[in-house]
Formats: sequence, C-alpha cells, structure tokens
Amino acid sequence: MNAILTGGFADPSTQSAHAFRALLEAMARPGRIFTVAGAQPPAPISVAAGVALLTLTDSTTPLHLAGDADCEALRGWIGFHTGAPLVPAEQAQFALGGWEALQPVTRFRTGEPSYPDRSATLIVELDRLEPEGARLTGPGIQTEARLSLPETAAFRANRALFPLGFDCILTCGARLAALPRSTTVEDA
Amino acid sequence: MTDQAYNFAYLDEQTKRMIRRALLKALAIPGYQVPFASREMPMPYGWGTGGVQVTAACLTPEDRLKVIDQGADDTTNAVSIRRFFQRTAGVETTERTTDATVIQTRHRIPEQPLAEGQILVYQVPIPEPLRFLEPRETETRKMHELEEYGLMHVKLYEDIARHGEIATAYAYPVRVEGRYVMDPSPIPKFDNPKLAGNPAIQLFGAGREARIHAVPPYSDVVSLDFEDHPFAASKADHECDLCGSAGSYLDEVITDDRGTRMFVCSDTDFCASRQAQGHRGRLSPQGATP
Repeated sequence: MNAILTGGFADPSTQSAHAFRALLEAMARPGRIFTVAGAQPPAPISVAAGVALLTLTDSTTPLHLAGDADCEALRGWIGFHTGAPLVPAEQAQFALGGWEALQPVTRFRTGEPSYPDRSATLIVELDRLEPEGARLTGPGIQTEARLSLPETAAFRANRALFPLGFDCILTCGARLAALPRSTTVEDA
Repeated sequence: MTDQAYNFAYLDEQTKRMIRRALLKALAIPGYQVPFASREMPMPYGWGTGGVQVTAACLTPEDRLKVIDQGADDTTNAVSIRRFFQRTAGVETTERTTDATVIQTRHRIPEQPLAEGQILVYQVPIPEPLRFLEPRETETRKMHELEEYGLMHVKLYEDIARHGEIATAYAYPVRVEGRYVMDPSPIPKFDNPKLAGNPAIQLFGAGREARIHAVPPYSDVVSLDFEDHPFAASKADHECDLCGSAGSYLDEVITDDRGTRMFVCSDTDFCASRQAQGHRGRLSPQGATP
C-alpha cells in the first residue's frame, strides 16, 4: 500500500518544470540523453518513465500499460498519482512498456491526416540507452546522432507515415531520450 | 519575490501538463499548428497571452527570462510580461540576450545569435498563414493536410504583378522541413533567415487562436519565393544613428514636424552593447564616453 502512496513529486510545480525541460530538450534534440529525477514508481518501472508519467499524464490522457508494466502495483500508483484511465492500446494517448511488450507498435494511434497531433506517445523502457548504434538525422539534429535503439525497421516505417506517426520517449534508469516521428533512423 | 497566492508561473499544474503535451507534439511535427485549450490570462488577447502560456509551461525557477517587444526590452508589453513572471514565478530577469535562457518575443528575433540551451517563445496573433486567403478553418486545415499551398504562391505572385517584387515585408511565409507552410508570426522578413538552422528551440504560442507550433533546433526553414524572384531579407538602407551598425534591423523615428528622422536598432540590447563597446553613430552625443 505504501508503495502506491509514495514516490510522487514532493514539490510538483518545480519538479515537473525541471522534468518537462528535460523532455522538451529531448524531443527537440532527438537522440540526446538527459537525466531526470523526482519519481519513485514501483518496480519494474524506471525513474525516468515515472517522471514522464507524472509530468505528462493526468485524468484526461488515456494510458496503456504493456507487459510487465501492467501490474497491480503500477496500476495503483498511476491511479493515485495521475488518475490516468487505463485503456487498450488502440485508444491510448500514452503507452508504457518494454519494446517487445509494445509490439505490434502499428496498433497505436498515429493521428489523423488533418490532426496528426492526435497520436500516441510511447514511453519505451529499455535495458540500455547509449549514444551509439543507429544513426539519427532530421529536425533537431545538427549533423547526426547515435542512439542504441532496439530495432530500426519499426522507426523507419513510422517515419514513412510523416506527418502521421507515434512519438517515443525512451527511458532507462534515470535517463531518457526521445525519438519523434520526424527523425530518420538508419542502421549503424 | 513570488506571489504565494499563485502556483509557480501562474498556471495550475493540469493546464501546464496540457500545454506541455501540445509543445511536445508541436516539436514532433515541425510547423504544424497543434490546437490547445488556451486559458484566459490576466491580460487582454493580443498582448501575448499565447506566448505567456508557453513561457509559463517552460519556465523553471533557475531560468533567466528576457522579454522583448519589437526588439525592445523597455516597452509596455515587455515590461508588463517581465514583471508578471517576476511576481508569479520569482525568476531572474535580464535584458542581455546572451544571459537569457528563455526569451519571450513579440515580433523580432534578437540580433545576437542564439545558442543551445536557449528557448525563444514567440507571441503569435494569427498562426494560420492561409487565413487571409481562406477564412474557413475547415478549408485551411484541409489545405495543410493535402499540402495544397498553391494559393500562397498566387498571393506572392500577385505581389510581383502589382509591385514588381514580393512586397510582403513581415509575417513572410516559410516552409518548415519541406512539409508545413508556417507563419513565423509578424517578424520582419529580415529575421526569416535566423529561423533556419537555429541552435535554440523556437516555440510559437497563439492565445486567442489557441494554437501552438514549433521549430526544432537546426531545422530546415525556407522562405517561399520564385526562382526568378528569390527571397531577399530587407531592411532600411541606413546605419544605426546611435551605434553605427550597418547589419541590424532598424526602426525609423520621426524627430520633428519637418520630416527629420533617425534610424536606430530595433534590438535595444544589441544597440546598447555596441555603444558600450565604443561604437558610435551619426547622432551619438559628441565627446560622450561609453
């Protein structure tokens, strides 16, 4: 029970402001890794994923929990701290889980041609997040960036849908990076 | 000192989350106008309510805020917004472009090149570049969806037919990353080249129209033009009368009732910095020491 009540922001306005600046910089500069703090979600969820949930989700944002993330402890924690309604993948505005658990990612909303912003944001839990591997180019990247992605085909297919598509926040421990739909991903 | 009666940066947390979600989608779809639930702010529409909401969603207590109105730090709009965030967020403020982490601007991009870590927040009156060509939102939305931007080129062509050149001098339309045509807010077209490849994050907030759009750093932003009438960033063909700068955007100031005029930098911080470095213009006080 205690695990549900604790682990939120102690000072929501300033902690979420700091967290959002990291998320904003991450989304603006795809592939760059930022460290965040302030949330202690129950296992197996990372600090960074918890911070992203507390900063971006509330009772107006349908959330999908995939795989390990769909556990009693986390459902209670999200219910208490954010109030986000839990929904199937097809209806989700946000989704949380490991890359395998989120498959097939084509289930998620990619927006409508006239409203491409009505699309899902995936919070992808990774075991490893390093500035190496797949080559990223596109808006927000001066020349190129490197990021250890679980695969590249799904992100290339997502890029091909532009301006439709989902956007990803990649989390590992207290670190996060972002991969918006606008980024071109190539194999290392 | 923070007014304790308000949440940090005035807006409540739920509103900030809503704006923050819109900002992330705006960055993911460069140049696309994301609808958001714009709030009433304690200032009239047209005074930067959109910019203020974006700034409030981005500010942290450690930020140093600069606010400019047509380049100037000391005009009514800039002073009142700066005071607003001093009171409600307790943030430090500055007039120096290089010292600022967040810059809210009304209709100018500072002369001093921006750097990574800085955020430029534009106040936007009409975010839709096609609005004066097509008043119906349903139609302009469809035109963006289909990349149907021929009408905008017709408008620029009519300029050439009527004036011999593209006469649009401000709010000059741009294409972002080869997809969306965007109104860069009423900045002079002199500033358009600074939109492209800028290391800072550029966010645009339109309060009355309830739209947010964004240009990520190092983005490709092209001013619309024709091969035989290429885009040219223009300014008054003078030097600043106070600092002698030949490369900055100038305001024309009428100084008497016989048509005497002077030209001064619109960017007050840029002009003051140059004067402090000893640069002098035509009308600088003689013998004055910096």
